[in-house]
Amino acid sequence: MMSKTNSETRKVTIKAFRFNKETDYLPYYKHYEVEVGKDELILDLMNKIKWEHDGSFSYRRSCRHGICGACAIKVNGKAVLACKQNAIELLDMFDNDITIEPQSKKRAVKDMIIDKSDFWDKHATIKPFVVAEVEPRPAKETNMSIEQFDKFLDADLCIQCGACHYSCPALEVNEEFFGPAAFVAAYRFSIDPRDNAGVERLEMTGEMGQGVWDCVKCFECAEACPKDINPIEKITKLHNMQFEQGLARSNVATRHAEGFVRSIKKHGYLDEADIVTYSEGYLGMHKHIKTAMKMLKAGKIHFSDALPFVDNMPKSKNLDEIQKLIDISMTNKL
Amino acid sequence: MSKLHYALYTGCTAKESTPELLSSTLAVAKKLGIEITILEEASCCGASHLQDFDEFLAHVLNARNICYAEKLGLPMITICNTCQLNSAMTKHALDSDPKLKARVNEKLAEVGLKYNGTSEIKHFLYALIDDYGLENIKEKVKTPLSHLNIAPFYGCHNIRPSELHKSDNAYTPSSLDNLIDALEGNPINYSHKNKCCGFHVELQATHTSELLAGNAMVDAIDNSADIMVTPCPLCHLKMDTYQDDVGKVMGRDIALPVLHMPQMVALALGCSEAEIGLKFHVQKAKHLYSA
Repeated sequence: MMSKTNSETRKVTIKAFRFNKETDYLPYYKHYEVEVGKDELILDLMNKIKWEHDGSFSYRRSCRHGICGACAIKVNGKAVLACKQNAIELLDMFDNDITIEPQSKKRAVKDMIIDKSDFWDKHATIKPFVVAEVEPRPAKETNMSIEQFDKFLDADLCIQCGACHYSCPALEVNEEFFGPAAFVAAYRFSIDPRDNAGVERLEMTGEMGQGVWDCVKCFECAEACPKDINPIEKITKLHNMQFEQGLARSNVATRHAEGFVRSIKKHGYLDEADIVTYSEGYLGMHKHIKTAMKMLKAGKIHFSDALPFVDNMPKSKNLDEIQKLIDISMTNKL
Repeated sequence: MSKLHYALYTGCTAKESTPELLSSTLAVAKKLGIEITILEEASCCGASHLQDFDEFLAHVLNARNICYAEKLGLPMITICNTCQLNSAMTKHALDSDPKLKARVNEKLAEVGLKYNGTSEIKHFLYALIDDYGLENIKEKVKTPLSHLNIAPFYGCHNIRPSELHKSDNAYTPSSLDNLIDALEGNPINYSHKNKCCGFHVELQATHTSELLAGNAMVDAIDNSADIMVTPCPLCHLKMDTYQDDVGKVMGRDIALPVLHMPQMVALALGCSEAEIGLKFHVQKAKHLYSA
């Protein structure tokens, strides 16, 4: 919804989520007409709603410089830091039709303000600090090599805004799941050469249900982060660290990851039937029998796939190269 | 237009549980006069799981796959979102990190290969749209899909992260919608079209996986979808073969045929039933041919 005023500004109607947990039974949406200049931010639009239309419109804001993370909200489902996101850019992306909502509608307290306690609880559980015995008056500072420093990647830039956390679909359906921000913190402090709690964090994040194995690999977190941190990259690092440090316990998820090597070494391709059997174990296969029967009927799989002495898998050409590369490049073990 | 020629990285599923994906891809290429050379040397991309186990090994194996496209001097195309992303991530990592590239090339040298970074990697969907062109596809349509409401399901790994996917916006993707339009079908609008299908945690977090697939499928049928179409065989496998289980979790009777993107194109171009291979689906697609 838009009418042009001049080339520099646009008049648009913004829909805003409104809800007061103390008085409202249900949330509702209100429409506000505002004029948007080319350098204005989503935060400026929220200020206009509050200052020009309705003083009761509520949202968190503080630093206005992309540092404090307080003003994170969602626009048409896209996580944004209101003080960093140019408004015209979003209006262009969404055809001038934008709806502003809190990061999580089910956690809404008042308008854009949510109860973020689930985020902070998980963040705290992961011990987001360096765990070390430190001399109160050390003789010299702790030195860190360039290589050690490079391993932090960009994980230190996290401002705990919650953009990734409330964009994560795994967390949406599984409240136990730590979520991407806690994983970034777990990585950042476990990779710190001064820290002594790495094993504890890797054990917590290796736990099924809450840990990294429940990540659905959708890359929503990488897309959501206003600091371009790419949380899923750190999630992959945490996966790898479990194997590197010998902390990965043998379960359906770890066997599934490691089982890829076994298949690729044999065929070049992944043996789809074998990876399920290998990951689940023969006893775990009962869950898949019904689906397997349906796939069998449709010709997606064949009876002989299940027979250990029949190999009807396609093979990559020059399989010997693949086998050699696995032998000389693989460092991790289950 | 000069003849298009690509090195096809089939991935594992097209060689195993979704043979219809390979046959329909080759049928579409033939109808459009696109030349395809299959990379028979290629191995599995690791599907993000090998990456979880040993990231460096995954880079080495993916770089080897790309080497074979480079040797042919051809751009590489993929027909699976996850193959696309994992290959593109290796390419991006090696092209932007000379140290990593050198470490990988040290391994590849042992089998007489070298990764240079000269081949582009793109999904067949974008080869069709960006290289062949929607206008040119329109001209070849024999059986318009005007009788079908089609739910485009993009699949995560073809749109995110956006730094590796320039052809679509992660929040407002349009390529599949435009392709459906070009085939004269009716693309339906629904909020889950760019969401996750849950495939990757099917074994270890079955409930999460089923809810994610279910939310998307229910959203599609509630917006009147007759069929769903996806460029990713993993999304297809999740939504097709596990559809009954997902329906039970959602408390709904879903009955939504899930087509591979090339199957839909093959259908509109008038390819044979054998090439389209609908018989390989668990959820049978009925009424596809009736106007």
